[in-house]
Formats: sequence, structure tokens, C-alpha cells
Amino acid sequence: MGKKLLLQHDNVPGIDTYEVYRQQGGYASVEKALKMTSDEVVEEVKKSGLRGRGGAGFPTGMKWSFLAKPEGVPRYLVCNADESEPGTFKDRYLMQRHPHLLIEGMITASYALGANTAYIYIRGEYFYIVNILEKAIEEAYTAGWLGDNIQGTGYSLNMYVHPGAGAYICGEETALLESLEGKRGNPRIKPPFPAVKGLYACPTVVNNVETIAAVVPIVNMGGDEYAKIGIGKSTGTKLISASGHIKKPGVYEIELGLPVEEFIYSEEYCGGILNDKKLKAVVPGGSSVPVLPAELSLKTPTGEPRLMSYESLSEGGFISGSMLGSGGFIVMDETTSIVRNLHTFTRFYHHESCGQCSPCREGTGWMEKITHKILDGHGTLADIDLLWDIQRKIEGNTICPLGDAAAWPVAAAIRHFREEFEEYVSNPASIVDVKHYYNIHNLVEA
Amino acid sequence: MSEVKFNDETLAVVHNLIRRYPEGRHKSALLPILHLAQAEFGGWLSPATMDYVASILNIKPVEVYEVASFYSMYNLNPVGKCILEVCRTSSCWLRGADDVIRHIEKRLNIQVGETTADGMFSLKAVECLGSCGTAPMMQVGKDFHENLTLEKVDELLTQFADEDKHSRYCDANTYRKN
Amino acid sequence: MAKVTIDGVEIEVPDGTSILQAARMIGPTVAPPAMCFYTNLPSSGGYCRTCMVEVTKGSEKDPRPMPKLVASCRTTVMDGMVVGNRTSDKAIDARKGVVEFLLLNHPLDCPICDQAGECHLQDLSYENGSAKTRTDFERRTFDKIDIGDKIQLHMNRCILCYRCVKVADQLTPERVHGVMNRGDHSEISTYITNAVDNEFSGNMIDVCPVGALTDRTFRFKSRVWFTKPVTAHRDCDKCCGKVVLWYKGDDVLRVTGRKDQWGEVAEFICNTCRFDKKRTDDWVVEGPTNLSRHSVISANHYEKLVVPNELTLNDIKPLNP
Repeated sequence: MGKKLLLQHDNVPGIDTYEVYRQQGGYASVEKALKMTSDEVVEEVKKSGLRGRGGAGFPTGMKWSFLAKPEGVPRYLVCNADESEPGTFKDRYLMQRHPHLLIEGMITASYALGANTAYIYIRGEYFYIVNILEKAIEEAYTAGWLGDNIQGTGYSLNMYVHPGAGAYICGEETALLESLEGKRGNPRIKPPFPAVKGLYACPTVVNNVETIAAVVPIVNMGGDEYAKIGIGKSTGTKLISASGHIKKPGVYEIELGLPVEEFIYSEEYCGGILNDKKLKAVVPGGSSVPVLPAELSLKTPTGEPRLMSYESLSEGGFISGSMLGSGGFIVMDETTSIVRNLHTFTRFYHHESCGQCSPCREGTGWMEKITHKILDGHGTLADIDLLWDIQRKIEGNTICPLGDAAAWPVAAAIRHFREEFEEYVSNPASIVDVKHYYNIHNLVEA
Repeated sequence: MSEVKFNDETLAVVHNLIRRYPEGRHKSALLPILHLAQAEFGGWLSPATMDYVASILNIKPVEVYEVASFYSMYNLNPVGKCILEVCRTSSCWLRGADDVIRHIEKRLNIQVGETTADGMFSLKAVECLGSCGTAPMMQVGKDFHENLTLEKVDELLTQFADEDKHSRYCDANTYRKN
Repeated sequence: MAKVTIDGVEIEVPDGTSILQAARMIGPTVAPPAMCFYTNLPSSGGYCRTCMVEVTKGSEKDPRPMPKLVASCRTTVMDGMVVGNRTSDKAIDARKGVVEFLLLNHPLDCPICDQAGECHLQDLSYENGSAKTRTDFERRTFDKIDIGDKIQLHMNRCILCYRCVKVADQLTPERVHGVMNRGDHSEISTYITNAVDNEFSGNMIDVCPVGALTDRTFRFKSRVWFTKPVTAHRDCDKCCGKVVLWYKGDDVLRVTGRKDQWGEVAEFICNTCRFDKKRTDDWVVEGPTNLSRHSVISANHYEKLVVPNELTLNDIKPLNP
């Protein structure tokens, strides 16, 4: 069994309630942190090497240390629970089963940052979890972990849940802040960064659910101990959301550095490919990251075993590598049509583009139309090249990373599976079942 | 429709929600209040409903329209009592979401985006709901129905029709009281 | 002060100047095009991506190049910065892409568009785009709507620069139009049929870079290049009263704010000046408006300048831009 830090009590009945959570040693990190200075807590997180678990992998301690601290200006901690990256469902799992772990992490992190108000921005589709979190927060208030003068230390913190209303873009931190301010989820133009001007133009740290939860074991065991877990600069454990054509889909906590092959095939994790078919491709880090064909999923371009870590998964760059991203691990068997799967992605990004900047607004829709045209058997070879050129003109040219996220899967699908696109184009009669296509805006107009 | 006005219980929740944000930042409460309004006033946001929310928050009506039309969970047109939202993005598609959608279309005799003649069901195909490991799935109100099979879908549809289910994401009890 | 080099030309500018402003100080040859930025609308810019440039040297202190192209309108110069605009293949290539994106759903109905001849999208595509489109899909369409009796919104032509929203935010407490929906379904709208009716609403027309918002009182009256712009002013209790009168023969066909060489209005005008004062004797005429030689409007101008009767030629002072 691999090391478990976040899900170690996953099988304890009632762990979602305060009493059981506390019995299992819950809120110890708050007790410990409140005896330290806030800078000492930040230092532990820095030493831990923890990297943002939302997808970008930016070192958390460094992000915290960028937080501006002008006199008399409130600071905010905002938890990004807008989990919407296709293939990712680990934050939902964590919040549903371990709400107090998140709340504990939020308190410890807020203390470290000197924030007296913290918000959990959760995607609106997760409303049933709003109930769960509201209940857990209530319990934490009652037990004296939230509110004024926490545990008699003089430190005060209020915590609120804020539901979104259906917009992937609100996972981008500045769009999230706009949405939290009651506006359209349009990403802000940076700089300034949230660390300087975030929520209500005050210094703000936005962290992913899993990142904040990881602060708990880091403070408990110490940053140095945490850094010993994992491999190289990929320290600690990571929740992986495994889905697609595998025998045992679900959320798994792995120690970073686990071989991809072991993750897919061992009984402890995915249990192998569904119906014992052959592996065709893997999207290892959520829909935005490049798809990898089977051989490049299991082995790096130099023939070494591919590991579940930030570094190993990106080895080979975008030519032959991918990214750990959010840990949304989508497995496709040999029967899967890469073109159709790509179409679900292009449709997704088209639907989710906020429409603020021109390359993304126009380009995502164009890419969806072309993938659909190819899928429909009406594509030409020129369309494949056009698709390539469009993604190239979007990437890097947009206000926020959604443009890149829309471009990368298109580029990787063509890069690794061009012959499949050509097959769709040159032999459309071989394609069956392509009529299933919907106008996403039908319901609104109905 | 009856007058657009929250009852006292919901109004208390609304004021609680507004207090969650700093003085002068009450517009922050717009999203949660719109959710409550949609749940209470017929499952969709009519211009009258949105104007009412604008008046509660003392903001311009156009600010509400801009926001409401941005987010996919707000319905700006009348919908069926029970909205079936079937996820169709990658992982769900890999595990048969298309079959689920086709099955519902056939059974209810509507297409995605349509509402049954009796106004009971609306069918929506939606993008990733974070239930990829339990695909295929559909959301009905705040409930996730996961690991769907066609049989399970049939059972659910019968059950929803029998109990005249109204799908709602939230209600006055969603939030803690203080 | 900060020293910045743009396309090989060095200039010293005050701290806090944007790359775009610095480039404009050097002149039109190095200034990137801008479709959404508007000097007088402080929060504008960043959306259209036409002004993107390559920063090959970040600053004297940190000479690393910036990893991506940056929107020059929203990027502040640093001392020692080196910027490539027309000299950067990357910037030119990206801009070409942006033009293609902006035209993807644009109706290209210039032959019947009142904006033709003073349309920034026309200029942009002539200068930076390619001659052929690569799309064969149907274009997105919206219905034309009259927002009030003076302004028509032709959403098909809109490039979503947000200027009309920002100008309303700046000039009136009661904005009634905004951006609805999202992604490529976004549209400028009042949502419910609603007239944009405030004393300064006409400025939406002036700030619109394309023909999405046009003056209904001028609709189909004349091609702009058949009209003659004359700078004039009047005493107005609501605005600065500084305008340009667009003449055809002896008739004032329309009144607009005064635009600078970048097509921007420095001082906004009220609707009374714009829509209700269309007689020469409402105005004190200053002289012919200075136009860029490149403008199509300047093509057949000033052979016979209209001089109102009560003025002598001595009253007409040349404008120094």
C-alpha cells in the first residue's frame, strides 16, 4: 500500500462528522499552527515542496510568500472548489467524504496568511456538497475552530461557502474572484495578480481544495518530512481521478513517482483495462493536457518507465510528453475513436469560453465545427491542417489559460493520431454512428 | 405566475447571504440569490424575477441580466418541472453517455434541448459534472445519479414522474442559519 | 522615466506608460493597431489581442524576454525594454490570426455599412489580414435592433470590444445595455427591449470601432467619403460642445465628437449637440478637420470648402493636431 495522507481515514465510518474526525486526530494542525508564528507555518509549507494541485503545479509556499501585506487592508484566502476540468473529480470526493479536512486546512492556511475571512468557491453543480460543507462549518464554529478568538488565541476567522452557477472558466483564479464578486466570470488581465489585488482589490490567495487539504499533514508532520515523500520536486501524495476504460474507476491517493503502468494495471489502483482490451491512449492530467498514445504513456521517450510525477509526465515536452495537470486520468481502450473524444473536448471548450478575447471566443467554436465536420465524414485533408493552424494561433495569445487548454488537446490528438483523422477524411463510409450531435444552446432557445 | 417576492423564511436566508460579504460588497451575493430565486419562482429566471433580485441588491437590472446569461445553470426561459442533465464529455462519453441520451430521447419522445408536451421533463446534454469515475451520470436538481444503465434510467424516470419531481439545486435550507 | 526601444526606435517615456502609448508617441509607423483599447476609457483594452507585441528584452534589470506575446495596451514599459511590433514575425503572425478570428463571423457587409470608410476593422484587415477566408461555415447572425430612436445596434458586426459598455459606465449611472451570454454567443444587448436613453448615449457610436452601433439620424444618408468634416464648437451647458460637423453640400448630415489620429474622441459630447444641432448657425465653425492622408475620407476633399455666410475666411483657423 502506498502512503496515504489525505485519505488515510477514508474507510472510517462517520469521518464526515466533527466528532469522528476529531477522534481521528482532526484539527491538530490548527492547534499546532496557532502555537507557531504565521511565517513559521508558511516556512513549513515552503519546505514541503507542495505544488498547486489544481493543475498548474506552482509551488504553494512561494505563492503564499508573494501575498502583499499592506497595513490595514484585509487579506483573503479563497478555496478554488470549482473543479470542472473534464476527467477530474477528486475535490468532490474529498469535500464529500472529508469536509473537515478542507476546513481544517483552510483555518491553518488562513492563519498562515493572516486572513480573517475565507471563502470556498464551489461549482454550482456541486450544490449537494454545499449542504455538507455548510453543516461541517457549523460544527467547526460550534467547536470553537471558527469565529472570534479561536481557541483563545485571539485569532479570528469567518468562513463561507459560495456556490458558482455553471462556468468552467471560474476555475481560473481571477475569473473565480470576479464570480465571487457577483459578476460574469471573465478572467482579469494580469498583472496585477491576486496576491496584490485579488478579491475586492485586496491581497488574496486562491488555492485548490486538495492543495489546502495537504497543508494539514504538512503542518502535522513538518515540511521536511513531507518533502521526503514522493520523488524529486514532486513531493507528497496526489489524488488521481481515474476514469474511462478501466476496471476500477475512482479517486486514488498515490505517492508521486508511482509508475503509470502500475497505476493502470495493479489491483490496488485501476485494475487494468476494461474487458481486458488493449490500452490505446491516456489523458493523464485532465482534458487540457496532451493525450499520450499507449507506448508514450508507459515509457518516456528515452525508454524509462513513465512515472506519475510533474517531471516524468512532462518529459519529452509536448512532442512526446504531457502534464500531471489536475490528475484527471482518462484511459482509452483500443476501440476508442480519438477524433470523437477530441470532439467532446472541442465542444467542451467552445461551450466554456467566456468570450472576452477574440482568439478563444472565435477559435474554440471554429475548432469544434471543424472536428464535427471531420467526424461527420465531410472533412478534407486541408481541414486537418487548418485545425492545426487554428490551435497554434490560439495558444499563448489569450488573456487566460483557457485558450491554451483548448489548443493543447487538439495539437496532441493530431500530433499522435493524425492517421486517424486522415482515415475519417479519406474513408468516411467506414465511420458509423456520427449523427449524434447536439446544439448546446437548444435548451435555452426551447 | 404569482407575485415575485420571497417568503419571509427565504428572505431571511437572503439577508444572511448578503451579510457573508463585506459592507458595500453585497453584489457578491448575486449568484446564490439567483439560485434561490430560480428555485422558488418556477425553475427559471424571468425578467420580473431578475428585476426583483436587482432591487434586493440595489444594483442595475442589466447587471443581473449580464450575470444570469453567463452561467449555464440559470434558465432564462421556462423549462420542465424536472430537468434531466446528462453529462456527455469525454469520460461519460467513453462509458456510454450517448446511449443514455438516446434512450431518454426515445422514451420521452423529445430531443435534447426540448421539454415534454406535459411540461414534466426537460432534457439537457451538459458538459463535465465531475462524476467521471461513476460515468455515465445525470444530474437532477442537486442529486447526482451515477453509474447509469438503461434500466436504472427507466426506473428513475418512472419514479420522477410518479412523485411529480421538481428539480431544484437549492432551497432555503441549503445554508446554515447564522 | 523609462527608456524603451520599439521596432528599433528608442524613446524615453514617463514611468507607467503602456507599450502602446509609447509606440504612439513614436508615431504611426510603429504603433500597433488597437480595436478595444481607448485612452479615455480607463479600464478598456486587453480583449481584442490585435495590439500584441513581442518583448525581446524585459528590462535593463531583468533582460529575459517575455515568454508570450503581450497586449501592448495593458503592459507597462520597463526601463531598457525592447519591443518588436512590425519587426516581429511572431507578432505579425499572431495579429494575422486575430484578424482572421475577428472576421470569422463578421458579415463583411461593408457595401451597405455606414461605418465603411472610417471602420477600424476595415483598416486592420487591409493592413494585417489575408485576402482569403478559410472558413466555410455559416456566420453567426443576430437581429438588428434599435436601441432608442437615435442608435441602431447591428450585432452581427460587433467585435465585442466592450467600449460601448465602458463608455456608458463612465458617463451615466444608469447603464441599461451590456454583454449578455458567453463565448461566441456573447452579444451587446439590453436583454429586455429597452431604449438606451441618456444624455450621453450617442458616444457609444463614436467609440464603436466597427459598424455595430450607428447613428440612425445619419443612416444611409451618405458614404462618409462624400461628406466633408469641419471642426466646430458651441456653448453647451452639458458637454464641451467641441465637435466635427459632417457636411454634404450645405447640409450637416451628422455631428460627432472630435477624433484624434488614433480614431479616439478626447472629449465626449452630449446628445443635444450630436442629434439636435444640425444647422450651421447652431455652431461656430473653426475650419476644415485635419484628416490623415491615408484616410479614404480625405480622397476628394476641400476643393470647395463650405464657408458659412456669417464667417469670413479669417475666422477659420487651421487645426494643429
